Amino acid sequence: MTRSGEPDFCARALRPYVITRGRARATRNTVGVETLLIAPDPTRELPVTASREERALVQMCARLISLVEASAHLDLPVSLVGVLASDLIDAGYLSARSGTPKQAAPDSQLLLEVLHGLRGFR
Amino acid sequence: MDSAGSADRYLPDTVTRSAKILVVGAFGVGKTTLVGSVSEITPLRTEEVMTEASVGVDDLRGRSDKRTTTVAMDFGRITINAELVLYLFGAPGQRRFWDLWTDLAVGAIGVLVMVDVRRLEESFDVLEQLEERDLPFAVAVNRFPDSPDVTLDEVGAALDLLPGTPVVDCDARDRKSSAGALLALVEYVAAHDPRSSQEYAT
Repeated sequence: MTRSGEPDFCARALRPYVITRGRARATRNTVGVETLLIAPDPTRELPVTASREERALVQMCARLISLVEASAHLDLPVSLVGVLASDLIDAGYLSARSGTPKQAAPDSQLLLEVLHGLRGFR
Repeated sequence: MDSAGSADRYLPDTVTRSAKILVVGAFGVGKTTLVGSVSEITPLRTEEVMTEASVGVDDLRGRSDKRTTTVAMDFGRITINAELVLYLFGAPGQRRFWDLWTDLAVGAIGVLVMVDVRRLEESFDVLEQLEERDLPFAVAVNRFPDSPDVTLDEVGAALDLLPGTPVVDCDARDRKSSAGALLALVEYVAAHDPRSSQEYAT
């Protein structure tokens, strides 16, 4: 974010585009930061062309985890992991359990549950 | 990759849904502190590449003024019940980060705006954006030892908030106080979500 950090940013910013083959956005709009991911069959072999990052993501999703947590543990930008996850969902290597942020507003049942949960802190 | 045990990295298999709340505010206002005090996991940090979040790849051509910057985002997690987890995202409020958090806000319950009464003017822009985009929000006043002694009503008036917008005191270091601020937001959304005509019982 600072001028002195610029060369570093360039190097770091380029790499995500290479990993996603130039795409900034996921093919589907249903993958959000809070989307819960799981690999239905973590032992299923990825194609030989799969990137290191895609392999790491499928491995990370051996059990249920959110996109943003997977990104943090893999030390990769969320938007990049979103693109990879979207591809892997399309190819059947990952499934998205929830958190499709296309909805404008959360439903009333969800709000009630969150209210109840937060009241438990008091 | 971290070296910590991965046992609590994963969610229980019973979880079927996730929700999120954004915590927006100026640098140093206490966003990360609040997230940390209510989160059941040590807050995690992830990086976002701003041009990815804000413009398409093609748009970069011929736009040498468009810079790629990275921004760190801290987030935490609260397990609400066996089926539902809530994520809390701390996002910087400055104008240049709006694309980041308006993308993040899609599908969010709402936004908790943290303000420091010593520099309220830093929140004006962000509040205006939220009102324009019909994102429901509540204001949490994180008091500091040298904060001027102003009432919540005075803060609400100074910020020119729409009537009914919750303004609450919040000690971001305190778990109950932080959860109370989040609760004020969710109660407000349940009753007044501008995105929905439904009324929810609280």
